[in-house]
Amino acid sequence: MSATDTNNQMDLLREKAIWVRKETLKIHKIAPETRIASSLSAVEIFVVLYYGKILKFDAKNIKWEGRDRFIISKGHGAISLYPILADLGYFDKNELKNVCKEGTFLGGIPDSIIPGFETINGSLGHGLGVACGIALALKRKKAKEMVFVLLGDGELYEGSVWEAIMFAGEHKLDNLILILDNNQKCMLDYCKNILDLEPHEEKFKAFKWDVRTVDGHDVNQLYDSLKMLKTERNYKPKLLIANTIKGKGVPSLEMDPLCHIKNLKPAEIDKILVGLT
Amino acid sequence: MTAEIKTTRDVFIEQIYNRMHEDENIFFLCADFGSPKLDALREKFPNRFINVGIAEQNLINVSTGLALEGYTVYAYAIAPFLTMRAYEQIRVNLSLQAQLKEININLIGVGAGLSYDVSGPTHHCLEDISIMRTLPNMIVFSPSDWTLAQKFVDYSINVKKPKYLRFDGKPVPQIYEDVDTIKFENGFSELFHGEKTCLITTGYMTHKAINVVKKLADSNILIGLIDVYLIKPFNEELFFETIKNYSHVITIEEAFINKGGLDGLISKILDNKSSNIRLKRMGFEDAYVFDIGSREYLHKRNNLDEESINKIIKELMEEN
Repeated sequence: MSATDTNNQMDLLREKAIWVRKETLKIHKIAPETRIASSLSAVEIFVVLYYGKILKFDAKNIKWEGRDRFIISKGHGAISLYPILADLGYFDKNELKNVCKEGTFLGGIPDSIIPGFETINGSLGHGLGVACGIALALKRKKAKEMVFVLLGDGELYEGSVWEAIMFAGEHKLDNLILILDNNQKCMLDYCKNILDLEPHEEKFKAFKWDVRTVDGHDVNQLYDSLKMLKTERNYKPKLLIANTIKGKGVPSLEMDPLCHIKNLKPAEIDKILVGLT
Repeated sequence: MTAEIKTTRDVFIEQIYNRMHEDENIFFLCADFGSPKLDALREKFPNRFINVGIAEQNLINVSTGLALEGYTVYAYAIAPFLTMRAYEQIRVNLSLQAQLKEININLIGVGAGLSYDVSGPTHHCLEDISIMRTLPNMIVFSPSDWTLAQKFVDYSINVKKPKYLRFDGKPVPQIYEDVDTIKFENGFSELFHGEKTCLITTGYMTHKAINVVKKLADSNILIGLIDVYLIKPFNEELFFETIKNYSHVITIEEAFINKGGLDGLISKILDNKSSNIRLKRMGFEDAYVFDIGSREYLHKRNNLDEESINKIIKELMEEN
């Protein structure tokens, strides 16, 4: 790809991120039960994975063996994936108007009843261990596909996550890429005020992982790192720490340690939508 | 009846080992828990045997990932730790998931009831029947002998759903000679046909009940005995047909009573049929067992020994 092509692609990803942020806010307007702050921190991660074609997928054949598996362990923070999946043809875009309404499959926390979601989400600490099993299965099948996992940093408090971290390193699961949405806030406070787990890098390295850190809102950095991690086969599972801001794009959320449980009023959303460019 | 004594888990693992030669789709995982028969398996199949370490939560999660990719998975651990340490993993990744996707995971829990008698209440497993049967989409298998477990191998491979296999930790005598005629779908076998009273048992307690029934038969007291081995799903219609002519039934289980175990299953059936059959529940009251001693001793202390069963039978007979 030439430098101009790359620039164009990054511009496109940035535009997509703005669009996804707006669509996510629109969903939150009709479904205030959704976790908006958590969903906004992961926007660029989703955009780069899907529109940056990091993930191999076929929206019309969700069981395609050749797909990369994407396990969204922080399920509540994946509302921003709804507009992307609809846009890519996983399901009808009109369904986005029904989030959390009676009869829809788009709930406040996505499960595998939604085309494009692989597992049951909503209870934290499960995704990485399940992903380890999938990664191991793919290795035994000698399949080239990768397993991606999205985890929130608050989720690292779950002991089961560390059981999986140990397992992945020991079993040299280099087809496993864990993306940590490091938005630094839990439900009730900044993580550093609850149990400070920083630095994450050294902990994972001690468990035989490869670690990279990027600005999780910079599509260039995300794209380059994920592209590289995807091709690297060095007998180590990979962690991409994406430093993000919880509630990114909405100043009142960004500043608030309690933003996890904050809902935005419709008028406030309208105002933000005008300002997001 | 012959009474060859074998350990259920060893018989089952040996069968799985044999299948793994021809069926490359089988994985066997454990949470650092062994068995003499497991040694051959882990040596022969290092790529499909995985010891996840003392990490039951991850045992379930890794099993789930393998099963989602189409593998048949056996996950092996000590029963109370498997079911209760990892209960939420089982709920989310097996029970919930199985409603949407086909996954074949066989949880092998060893140490049903008081199998680990002297190890104390952390190792006793008195809750598993009720907590596992409360989970939708879960199959619960509680064999009384090793021939049933042997027979279950085909079922475990062919029925692609999550299953809990509740195995005793101690060697047990053979009860069933001809397992070919057993239909797991029915869930139970009538071992003895009696007159007025019928014992309904599962797992290890079936052996005790057999002794009781045989001894009473010598005095011309004919007591029925039904061995329940598939607790869920259960052929309730056929079961009621089998017991409807009794006036009393006694459930006997190495488990808490009045909490939805075997007694709960039977009481629900009687309720649904508005039956007048009287139900007496034998098992553990609402307390853990801290006494130290053999299984037999613990049974005596908790009114589950043969003498106590006899006493209850006689009391019920006098009521008639």
